[in-house]
Amino acid sequence: MIPRGFDYFSPQTLEEALALVAEHGAEAKLLAGGHSLLPMMKLRLAAPGVLIDLGRISDLRAIREEGEQIVIGAMTTHAEIEKSGLLRRRAPLLAEAAAEIGDVQVRNRGTLGGALAHADPAADYPAAVLALDAELTLVSQRGTRTVAAQDFFVDLLTTALEPGEILTEIRFAADGPRTGSAYLKLHQPASGFAIVGVATRVQLDSKGKCEATAVGVTGVAPKAYRATQVERALKGKALNERIIAQAAGKAAAGVEPLSDLHASARYRKAMAEVFTRRALALALERARRRQ
Amino acid sequence: MAIRIAVKVNGRAQVHDVEPRLLLVHYLRDVLSLTGTHVGCETSLCGACTVLLDGQAVKSCTLLAVQADGADITTIEGLARDGQLHPVQEGFWEEHGLQCGYCTPGMILAGVALLNENPNPSEADIRRAIAGNLCRCTGYQHIVNAIQSAARKLKQKSRKKS
Repeated sequence: MIPRGFDYFSPQTLEEALALVAEHGAEAKLLAGGHSLLPMMKLRLAAPGVLIDLGRISDLRAIREEGEQIVIGAMTTHAEIEKSGLLRRRAPLLAEAAAEIGDVQVRNRGTLGGALAHADPAADYPAAVLALDAELTLVSQRGTRTVAAQDFFVDLLTTALEPGEILTEIRFAADGPRTGSAYLKLHQPASGFAIVGVATRVQLDSKGKCEATAVGVTGVAPKAYRATQVERALKGKALNERIIAQAAGKAAAGVEPLSDLHASARYRKAMAEVFTRRALALALERARRRQ
Repeated sequence: MAIRIAVKVNGRAQVHDVEPRLLLVHYLRDVLSLTGTHVGCETSLCGACTVLLDGQAVKSCTLLAVQADGADITTIEGLARDGQLHPVQEGFWEEHGLQCGYCTPGMILAGVALLNENPNPSEADIRRAIAGNLCRCTGYQHIVNAIQSAARKLKQKSRKKS
């Protein structure tokens, strides 16, 4: 399988990349890790006339702390996120999600920004960045803007990225005290994509009650979403198995689950509940360990 | 629009003008005649095309040759030294880690990448490291044994050296 021919550019700086994007417009596609785009091009589901490879822009590939914030460049690979000591220590949720993506070879090439911009409804990161209340930085020649993860995912394979914009980094708060997180996933056995993936963050108050939870769900609906009814049901409560199980029943409330040959809508809904319950229980256990 | 790339493959410098759409696996097989790297599913699922790119296992069917510009690439042909098989190759031979052999080059390189990073892998580590490589013959157990055997050999070797 051979992609249609295209012109190829490999800018060394973000400025060069932005100029190329502006010049070539809708003809151009950005190449990050290429593990969604190249398969689509080989199947001729995509046939861009111009490919702008972001792989040589080293500034986009870093994980750093800025005070209480964690900032990750868009071209950071899944493997780098999975193995980051900084993330494991200060905000392990994204690293835990990265470790669940594809396989070793895919994680060595695939990137955070590429996966987010592709917005596959069964991708792992969207659940995590939603649960982390991450902010995404979008840059174009017109300027820089920040979009909340909530507003970034618009629909199936559709994001808030405008023509000419490049997603350059994401940022989110590191875990505070008494905070635990977990990402649990039901794998589609052949592709490794999520039939259901649930990312949770649980924050306890000084008395051990639930200060706040965040629940991001992927795989279930055309786009990843926050299970706000679950979050509301837990707020202020002294959490236990029963309360978590009850709240998890609302994991797919108000969404119309996808249905395909891998899983029916009913099954996805049922698994959303199961994995929400398990992820919350695990996050709670971890939060208690960090008392 | 041909693009000049300079790569090092199995220790040898190579410079070629390639079409941007040329996949790395086709560059290795068709331009460099290194046909040990196999084309399997072509959809980045089976791992038969696995090579090392700057030491990391990658699927060369899902990489453009131009993306590899400047990189150091190792294929199955580059593992043996002075007529001596690499310990992972020996492991596959001795532990019957292959039957038809189609997945073997990719499997071996996935094993080499693992042992470079983690010289003491558990069985679970090994299974996770080869999760991106499909084998239709062996049922994987002999492949796991082969990589474990290689890990032991590499440890003995490094002990002798030190």
